[in-house]
Amino acid sequence: MSRVLSTFSNDTICAIATAMSDAGIGIIRVSGPKALSICNTIYVSSQKEHTLLSHKPNSIRFGYICDGDEIIDEVMISYMKAPHSYTMEDVIEINSHGGMLVMNRILNLLLQTGCRMAEPGEFTKRAFLNGRIDLTKAEAVMDIISAQNNFALESSKSQLQGKLSTKIKELREKILYEMAFIESALDDPENYDLTGYSQKLRSIIIPMRNEICTLIESSDEGKIRKDGIKTVIVGKPNAGKSSLLNALTGDERAIVTDIAGTTRDVIEETVRLGDIVLHVIDTAGIRNTEDIIEKIGVDKAKSKIEEADLILYILDSTSETDNEDKEIIELCKSKKTIVLLNKNDLSDNIKITEDIVRMHFSGSSNEHLPIIRTSMLKGNGLEELKDAISDLFFNGDIVHKQEIYITNLRHKDLLSKAGNSLELVLDSIEKNLSEDFYTVDLTGAYEALGEILGEEIGDDLVEEIFSKFCMGK
Amino acid sequence: MTIVKEKFDVVIIGAGHAGCEAALACARLGLETIVFTMSADNIAFMPCNPHIGGSSKGHLVREIDALGGEMGKNIDKTFLQSKMLNTSKGPAVHSLRCQADKMEYSKEMRKVLESQDHLHIKQAEVSEILFEEVSDELKREGYNNKIVGVKIFSGIIYEAKAVILCTGTYLKSRCLTGEAITYSGPNGLLPSNLLSDSLISAGIELRRFKTGTPARMDGSTIDYSKMSEQFGDTPVVPFSFDTDPKDVQRPQVSCWLTYTNEKTHEIIKANIDRSPIYAGIIEGVGPRYCPSIEDKVVKFPDHERHQVFVEPEGTFTNEMYIDGMSSSLPEDVQIAMYRTVPGLENCRIVKNAYAIEYDCLCPGQLHPTLEIKTTRGLFSAGQFNGSSGYEEAAAQGLYAGINAAMQILDKESLYIDRSEGYIGVLVDDLVTKENLEPYRMMTSRAEYRLLLRQDNADIRLRQKGYEIGLISEDQYNKLQTKIALIDKEVSRLKETVVGANATIQKFMEKVGTPTLKTATSLAELICRPELSYESIKEIDPDRRPLPDDVIEQVEITIRYEGYINRQERQVEQFKKLEKKKIPADINYDDVGSLRLEARQKLQKFRPTNIGQASRIGGVNPADVSVLIIYLDSLHRGNADEK
Repeated sequence: MSRVLSTFSNDTICAIATAMSDAGIGIIRVSGPKALSICNTIYVSSQKEHTLLSHKPNSIRFGYICDGDEIIDEVMISYMKAPHSYTMEDVIEINSHGGMLVMNRILNLLLQTGCRMAEPGEFTKRAFLNGRIDLTKAEAVMDIISAQNNFALESSKSQLQGKLSTKIKELREKILYEMAFIESALDDPENYDLTGYSQKLRSIIIPMRNEICTLIESSDEGKIRKDGIKTVIVGKPNAGKSSLLNALTGDERAIVTDIAGTTRDVIEETVRLGDIVLHVIDTAGIRNTEDIIEKIGVDKAKSKIEEADLILYILDSTSETDNEDKEIIELCKSKKTIVLLNKNDLSDNIKITEDIVRMHFSGSSNEHLPIIRTSMLKGNGLEELKDAISDLFFNGDIVHKQEIYITNLRHKDLLSKAGNSLELVLDSIEKNLSEDFYTVDLTGAYEALGEILGEEIGDDLVEEIFSKFCMGK
Repeated sequence: MTIVKEKFDVVIIGAGHAGCEAALACARLGLETIVFTMSADNIAFMPCNPHIGGSSKGHLVREIDALGGEMGKNIDKTFLQSKMLNTSKGPAVHSLRCQADKMEYSKEMRKVLESQDHLHIKQAEVSEILFEEVSDELKREGYNNKIVGVKIFSGIIYEAKAVILCTGTYLKSRCLTGEAITYSGPNGLLPSNLLSDSLISAGIELRRFKTGTPARMDGSTIDYSKMSEQFGDTPVVPFSFDTDPKDVQRPQVSCWLTYTNEKTHEIIKANIDRSPIYAGIIEGVGPRYCPSIEDKVVKFPDHERHQVFVEPEGTFTNEMYIDGMSSSLPEDVQIAMYRTVPGLENCRIVKNAYAIEYDCLCPGQLHPTLEIKTTRGLFSAGQFNGSSGYEEAAAQGLYAGINAAMQILDKESLYIDRSEGYIGVLVDDLVTKENLEPYRMMTSRAEYRLLLRQDNADIRLRQKGYEIGLISEDQYNKLQTKIALIDKEVSRLKETVVGANATIQKFMEKVGTPTLKTATSLAELICRPELSYESIKEIDPDRRPLPDDVIEQVEITIRYEGYINRQERQVEQFKKLEKKKIPADINYDDVGSLRLEARQKLQKFRPTNIGQASRIGGVNPADVSVLIIYLDSLHRGNADEK
């Protein structure tokens, strides 16, 4: 119900309007009566005194998208005033160079400041309904809406396999049960007593709200763990594993020192290389060790290799291969592996070459083993690494991955809605309102969560009442 | 024999709760109306429970009254006990329920029908509906044929411009008590066995539902000392907006509460194979909200006991209705089972509990006016439409009666949407959803529940009743005065501000609410949980005396303003979709991008507007978008041609 309603109001909508390419350039489109004022709240002009409100129609401006004091991206903003735009509404287009992560953050900001995520095909639909697209194209417009919706549903569902969907189903079931209990008691008050129920409901809602908050946080940019390539970094101590991880994540998550064996435990991190999501596990250096603490790390590392989709094998190209390397190579032979010859900046001291590595790998499934010369110290080789992964997993083509992030953000938006609704239930309890008011917002939470799963509302509540509660005066 | 033809405007088949409201509405609008009944001595008969109202059903009765129906007035005349349910909850779920004197209820309603101009009662079985070909124009609107009248068993034909089917549970009905099957209507009344086939031959799809009723006990064999007494309210609030509250303050009769126990459940479990439902003899689909005691025991095995309400059938008899223990088990099991209940140890059954099966309509075949889509002038209401309950029946009877009359008088039909009344929710649910069991009203079915209160049914619907012609000038003016008083008082309370002075603070301390930090309006004070309109009287010297119903509205309007505003905003959105009409002759095969499932469902239900389309199961938001684009392109195409 609510979803249908939202689709037909003339509120302000936003979405990423371009397929994401390797170049990382993309456009976020905002359309609707409040496009200008909403964008203005997150925009700071390069000339401080300007705001978007003085933006001349059909012109482009340079500036920054900011989240409070933090600058998120340098952008170009173009403004098309109604009716001279694609949708014939006020349209703002934000041109970003920041890649998918940054664009998602911008989209997120827009959602927080009053935009709604566009439904599949909604820009086109508005363009048609506002008379921008002529009648002969009606058929095509309908096809676009239908196709985009199917695509969005598919990708939305495909992402929901596993834990998130189980969790959401669980939350929904709990909410539905409480709704049904309240409704049963309202319908048959002589049979079901609500005395003391509000405090019980409160104790049920609070952990649910917290769980939803945790889910929202876990879906935050840079920490999306699902759909990433499970990657293990292996190599002898001090070959540069932690430096590689740091280069990928951009911070000092793993401690990097010169002392062998500093990385004591398995460190997990989700990182993006352009459009590729890597779920990276840094391991303690694989080395026969007597150090108990480090031994735990090494055992874990071996088991992680078993589970991995991709192994990044990092070698110190200034020291010769030995038995330890052979042991590691044995572990890598049955896995997709990329070899990084590190410390390549110390070129006068190279002891390992591509040929030597290939010789060690001969007879394994890794016939076309990618080998990349890197220098973590100088940050060389990361682009090549990205290309190699792309070749290995996506045949070099990663454009289709685009929708996934957008639907992710849709999920996040809906989770926030559900969380807010539960907050309102707690508020009603706080204000001592009677139980029939709780169901107003419980329904809101239930519907938002259902939308994530792509489920229809239907007669769930009535079904639940009859199946769980004995009615019948 | 010679064919005798009688001429009427409207024929009503059945004089139960739906038939009575339908007949009265048509006759009151000046149409010559005849109502057929299998038994003229059982008009507005209550074959099951002896009460009117209850959760959400009480809302329906108030709405019937607001529109100019009779149910509320009739129960005000004949109740034995009255109770407002859920008074500790929010105003939206307060619900009035009255125990009725069944005989008095029936007699009073018969009197009303008999004294109504243009209304005739006839005891006869209608055996056939008569119809003829329709014009091409009507064909384009989806009609296959057009009603011209009915034929009764004797062969006499009654010509009519409209026919309203209110056949309740009487079509090909049979009653089951264990292995004993009686081919009768409820309470041993005659069934109507011929009409079903005539309807089927007109292309109307029927199905079979079932419902049930508990035993009636000889009151002199019940030991009430083992039960807890259930009293009515004082003072009593009347159902009808036109009843003077002074007229309903009279002595009331009690009901009694007792419980089943492990022993009861053991007997039922031991004999479950003899239940016609569990033995597979019953084909009809029964309601889950009103389960038989055997259903409760089987489906809720962890419940140690179930409530049993013992309610009087009337003052004309000592028969008591055993609410909560309906059953279709054989008589010997019934006797043993009832006698395990405290207070019923020595009970004697006057009338056995039984299940009843009957033919009824798949209501997806109905327009939102309750006219059958394929047959012009044929309307239907009540249990025939797959609902259950006296109130649901009466509401539909009134609605169908009004719409039949509007069609004959060539006036705009009555449409109540989901945001305007429970009647709207009821009709929309019936005609839009796949209802797989008898439909009962519930407050949880109304998404705009906070607006659809029983206390404001007059404000919501009397205007419509007045425009139709069922509400008099006097009643209408009375309502307008009430609305003006409410508005004025709400504004006054919002505008009257009290300062944080010593007198006020002293008052605040006295009534146990936090003292004021700054000047505050009286309306804001009423919003505090510990205060009310009544309790702040002392600090509101300008207050004028107002009627109770006005004060009630003022208080609700102020106290729940936030929630009410939120729902009103949702309603605005909802109305936008309801306003987008879908032409009756739309061919869904022309709408290319619809998914197959959506296309099939839309073909089947043929919704009249986009809102209704969006509520059909299996039609998703993208399908609705596609439909909107299609309608818009049709519209623009037509504009281009002109």
